[in-house]
Parts: sequence; structure tokens; C-alpha cells
Amino acid sequence: MVSVRELGAAVALTALLLGAGVAWGHAFLERADPRVGSTVKAAPSQVRVWFTEALEPAFSTLEVVNQSGDRVDRGPARVDAASPVLLQVSLKPLAPGTYRVKWRVLSVDTHVTEGDFTFRVSEGR
Amino acid sequence: MASPYLAAALAAALALCAWPALASAHGLAGKRFFPSTLTIEDPFVADELSLPTFLHLKQPGEGDVPSSQFTNISGEFSKRIFPNLGLTLEGEWNLLDPADNRRTESGFGNLEVSLKYQFFTSAVHEAILSVAFGWEAGGTGRRKAGAESFDVFKPAILFGKGMGDLPEALRWLRPFAVTGVVEGVLPTRSGNKTFVINDNGDLEVEIEKNPNVLHWGFAVMYSLPYLQSFVKDIGLPAVINRLIPLVEIDINNPLDRGFAGKTTGTVNPGIIWAGKYFQLGLEAVVPINERTGKNVGIRGQIHFFLDDLFPTTIGRPLFKW
Repeated sequence: MVSVRELGAAVALTALLLGAGVAWGHAFLERADPRVGSTVKAAPSQVRVWFTEALEPAFSTLEVVNQSGDRVDRGPARVDAASPVLLQVSLKPLAPGTYRVKWRVLSVDTHVTEGDFTFRVSEGR
Repeated sequence: MASPYLAAALAAALALCAWPALASAHGLAGKRFFPSTLTIEDPFVADELSLPTFLHLKQPGEGDVPSSQFTNISGEFSKRIFPNLGLTLEGEWNLLDPADNRRTESGFGNLEVSLKYQFFTSAVHEAILSVAFGWEAGGTGRRKAGAESFDVFKPAILFGKGMGDLPEALRWLRPFAVTGVVEGVLPTRSGNKTFVINDNGDLEVEIEKNPNVLHWGFAVMYSLPYLQSFVKDIGLPAVINRLIPLVEIDINNPLDRGFAGKTTGTVNPGIIWAGKYFQLGLEAVVPINERTGKNVGIRGQIHFFLDDLFPTTIGRPLFKW
């Protein structure tokens, strides 16, 4: 039978392990605008990506390329001052086609994560 | 006066110089996050804690043999010595009801120590290869609770491969990944002699053979976080978008000492929920044959990512190379 003392110790250990005060995580992609893998009718003027952790601005990059591999963003990307989980970059006018968003970010605890996704601008307006 | 950005950049640069290895922690290969599997060993080296892993199996009675149940609670602590070299300590507690002596027995199993070296990582192909060597220290657990009195050595090769490099036409398959292990289980004693008094009062010697075993297994998983982040955001709600359904296959092929061909194993379908700092896993344990068992068991695990929980202390390698 588990005693109250043992139960208390287990709860305390769990609280310690989960304590937000000492913990940061890897920055994984939370959501994006345009959405990952989506097709949009109107060409977006910027790409915004929200991560699960705050980012180090100096070591976080975001690029957008077309199907030929040419950059179509007006970089460099910037981390939003009010929301350090948001990385965004402005875009040049986009023609219909498929575009790839590539990111590599450093979270505040020095974990690096990277990734990419595509979105498509459709012909119809 | 320096701007906050400059200060942050300097701090980050200093941190990178001090702990460059943190970038590859946590079961990551490129875009791929490999969760810690419940049944088979992980291919990656990381700072992590599995506590507890819970396993419960029941066996129906047959003839004179009564029904029985087996409960195992284990913990595993993995620590990176160098960025790609880690040490794992594992302990367990067993409850056998009844044990071989027809009584209910409980106690600790043998302690196990293993060293793992992740010698290959490909970000582009989401691939990991590693080798490991485990040592189960005989006699450190309670004999009546199933702990052997001899050492067992376990050399192993492990792999992980994500399918993120599949062509665009197959993009819906990119969230798939597979991890696996091929391991030798090599007891240092070929057999155990047990002296018993039979019903006639005579002394009998029973010899229990300890075969060498080829242990292998693999896990096939489909990562919904990968689907959402890299393939297509299909609008999954908050809890669902962190689920990773998987099936683990775990097989033991005894090779000699009268046990050759007597394969045992389990198929373990289940699901993992991966959060920021820990993951939760639950699996059914389905025997592949009657030799393994007849009933479906259950396995559960809480697993902590120490590199995320304690990035500046116990969650980083002891040495940077």
C-alpha cells in the first residue's frame, strides 16, 4: 500500500520534473500562415510561423523559395518583438505556383530545430 | 547601450560555444522527432528518463497449472557522456502470482547497464544508426522474483528511419517512420542446476538451460505532429495533433541448448502522446503464439525529456566531444 508520505514524494518529484521555471523545450512548428500544405487563392504578402518555444532572433531564419529554388521573400526574417514565438518574413508579389518555406530556428535554451513545408497559390483569384 | 537583441545574440553565441551538442539531442534527425518507444530500445542517444514503465500480463490456467499473472514496473535513466555516447541504467520490480514455487513472489530484477554510441545521423534522410552493449548484472535482483544469478551480455545494432525523403506524390506517407533493434542475448552460464527432493524423498537434479537468443524488433509509427508541421495542416485539435500511433514487434529467437526454433514474441499496437517535456504511451501486448501466452496484456509508460526539462544541468552531455 502506498503511504501518504510516498504519494507526497511522488507528487513533489513530478512537480519538480514538470516545473516550468527550469524548463524550455525544442521549438517545433505550432502553426503557420499560410497553413502547411494549403492552397490559397490570394497571394500572401508575408509568411508567419508560430513555434512552440520562444526563439533567439539572431539565429533563427525563414526563407521562401519558388519551384525553381529562387528566393521570393524580402528577408531577413524577424522574430516578433511582442510574441517571441512568431517568426515572419515579407514576400515579393507571388505568381500562381508552389512555394517552399524553409526554417531553422534556435530556441532560447540553444536547441536547434529545422524544417520546411509548402503552400500553393492557385490560378483563380 | 547594447540592444536587447545584441545581448540575446551574444548570450546565444556563448551558449552555442559552450554546448554545441545540444542541437542534436532528443531523438531528432533533421525534421524527424523519434519518440521513445515502449517495447523496443530507441536508436538515439539522449538524456531521458522512463519512469515508470508498467507491464501487466495474465495467463489462463490449464490442467494442473493454475492461472497466473505477471506485473513488471521498471525505470530507465539515460545520460549522455558525450553528444553521441550515452549510458543507460535500468531497474525493475516484478510481481509473479504465482511464481515457480507456486507462491506469490515479488522483488527487484537484475540491474542493467548499457552503453550506446550513435555513429550515424542523416538529417536529409531522417536516419540514425547506433550500436549498444548491455550488461545485465546477475545476482543483483531477487532470484525468486525471476532474477537470474548469472550475467547476460547484450550487443545490439539499432536504427531509425523517417520517410520524409519520399517524393511529393507520396507525401502522405512521409509521417511514417520505423525504428528497430537486432540484439544478441548471451548468458554467461549455459544452464542452472537445481537440487530438489521429489515425492519419494530422493534427491533430483533439475537442469534449466539458458540459450543464446537472437532478439529483434521494430516499431512502425505514423507521426501526426509531422503531418501537421511538414506535410499538411489538416486542422487537428490540440491533443490529437501530438499523437503518434505505432505498432511494435518484439521477437526472441532462441538459437541453441534445446530451444532452437522455439520463437516467442509479441505484437504491441498502441499510441504515444508527445508533449514538450514528457510523453505518455500505452500499448496492448498481443502474444504471437501460444508459447508466448494466450492473453492480451497492457504496457504503459511515462517518459521525460531531460534535455528539455533541464537544458543547462542534467539534460546536457557531460563532455562536449
